[in-house]
Amino acid sequence: MTFLARHRIILPVVSLAVLLAATFYMQPRAMSYFGLNLLFNLAVPIALATIAQMMIIMVNDIDLSLGAFVSLAACVTATFLNDAPMLGLLILLALVLSYAVLGAVIHALELPAIVVTLGMSFVWGGIALFILPSPGGAAPGWLRTLMTVKPPFAPMAVVAAVIIAAVTHLLIMRSGIGTVLRGVGGNARSVARAGWSVIRLKALAYGLAGLFGVLAGMALVGLATSADANIALRYTLLSIAGVILGGGEFTGGKVSPTGAVIGAFTLTLAASFLSFMRLSPDWQIGAQGAILILVLTARLIFRQKGSEA
Amino acid sequence: MTLSKMLLSAAGLALSAGLAQAESHMSETADKRIALSNNYAGNSWRQAMLQTWQEIGAQAVADGIVAAADAYTTSENQPTEQAAQIQNLILQGYDAIVLNAASPTALNGAVKEACDAGVIVVSFDGIVTEPCAWRIAVDFAAMGREEVDYLASRLPDGGNLLEIRGLAGVFVDDEISKGIHEGVEVHDQFKIVGSVHGDWAQDVSQKAVAGILPSLPDVVGVVTQGGDGYGAAQAFKAAGRDTPLIVLGNRQDELQWWADQRDATGYETLSLSIAPGVASLALWVAQQILAGEEVPKDLTVPFLKITQDNLDDALATTSEGSVANVTYSLEDAQQVISDAK
Repeated sequence: MTFLARHRIILPVVSLAVLLAATFYMQPRAMSYFGLNLLFNLAVPIALATIAQMMIIMVNDIDLSLGAFVSLAACVTATFLNDAPMLGLLILLALVLSYAVLGAVIHALELPAIVVTLGMSFVWGGIALFILPSPGGAAPGWLRTLMTVKPPFAPMAVVAAVIIAAVTHLLIMRSGIGTVLRGVGGNARSVARAGWSVIRLKALAYGLAGLFGVLAGMALVGLATSADANIALRYTLLSIAGVILGGGEFTGGKVSPTGAVIGAFTLTLAASFLSFMRLSPDWQIGAQGAILILVLTARLIFRQKGSEA
Repeated sequence: MTLSKMLLSAAGLALSAGLAQAESHMSETADKRIALSNNYAGNSWRQAMLQTWQEIGAQAVADGIVAAADAYTTSENQPTEQAAQIQNLILQGYDAIVLNAASPTALNGAVKEACDAGVIVVSFDGIVTEPCAWRIAVDFAAMGREEVDYLASRLPDGGNLLEIRGLAGVFVDDEISKGIHEGVEVHDQFKIVGSVHGDWAQDVSQKAVAGILPSLPDVVGVVTQGGDGYGAAQAFKAAGRDTPLIVLGNRQDELQWWADQRDATGYETLSLSIAPGVASLALWVAQQILAGEEVPKDLTVPFLKITQDNLDDALATTSEGSVANVTYSLEDAQQVISDAK
């Protein structure tokens, strides 16, 4: 194994650094406390959503309902959590639990997650429209304060990224239960033989995804100040791309929480970079895709070299 | 020095001071940069809007009134994309952002960031509710009332009306319809005998009107929302009925039909809608705010009205498949601002 193959975190870090350098070159104003915050604060909810997606990909599934789910969490946050905090908290808790149940059902009935989550995306979207038929609501004051806090030394976005990465790294990569969870994605049968209840582990993974999805919705409302039933629909694809960009793989068990956070930030930065380049919007989506393919190609080349050596 | 001379010179002084002020309002913004943040470019109205912005913006830059007037459109029509775009525009150091918003509320956080960074935000068409931004809104209810007022002036005896509505559940549809019903309450010689949804599209309207016509008594007038007048006329023709007085909505096919009817039978009506050129109004309002002018936060856009007299001019300047447009000048913006004060 070469150095690069062993440390799969290197490539995401290098991608982000290169893109960041290019952005600073194009837009020197971004190279400040204020600039970094503007550049990255909207990446915080995306990073949380990416972590949620990572929990699902970790157990060898994929979640196509995440964008709608985050939108729903945002709608609940902007309405119930603001008007009646206890009720709001209960609803959010129920959302997390329903995700855990979903995970158990998918495993017990051996349903394909891709179909179940696609179907659930309409359910989440429908409930969101029911709660907030027209855009509105308000962010709870404490949440707004939290998302606009100005910590010393580094802007909120950077501090939040470090905290999210550290907490999830400890949970997934260092703790015993995290190792078992990754094992479910890698080889569910051997985990079951070792005496673990796979259905509970799947429920736990989905529940964690639900938790981070809810956090993403809350963070988004804290930034946007109000919600919209369609506010986060883009997050489904962004979160999948973020996981892969951050060194995760669809084969299950191979994920990197730190990489996922970096992947989310890289995607956000790529969009800003293209905008600074004054690229026509018709080309921007294509260019974003090209950046993604470029990074994945680089990864493939490094891995092949690694296996040759 | 006589009294009259003194007065004259005082007036002259005042005049030159006024001129100097007007001049300074031009040059004060010479180094200011304005950006357009747009969330969607996929229909003829938005295309016309962007084109107007390009033309007026390029002219303003050439005249040295502003340093830049750049247009940015998000790659997807999503509030999260546009929020990021607004934050990028702040970073790029624009002095003002003119905004056609994807959501009235979901961009408030980004708009607040802009305000806090000292950037002027002017929203139009798709407006935002954040109090620190300016809003150039459209009084759609007034548009509905005006249609009925016009019918009352043409048909003092009243009669039955057919209402064609827009896309169900959209704010604009509710507002125009509300205005129409308010108008009918005032002019109670009219009665709305039927109402269909035409989705602002000629083909949908034609089908909907053709479906309801057999059940209707004589109809003297059709109140519409734009994009539906031509389809309604075709449906009446196919049913073998007399063409009623149809209020039109500035689309090229409607105007063309109107001109043909006028030449053939002397048909007379009114056409009104919102001009995509409202983007140029927003540009000038932003320039005025940058120049230090006191501007109320809520402004109202005038409609673009086409009457029998200026039909030919409007038709000549509207390309096929497009919408009649008008560009607003600095003076128009100043007029709108002083009206709102």
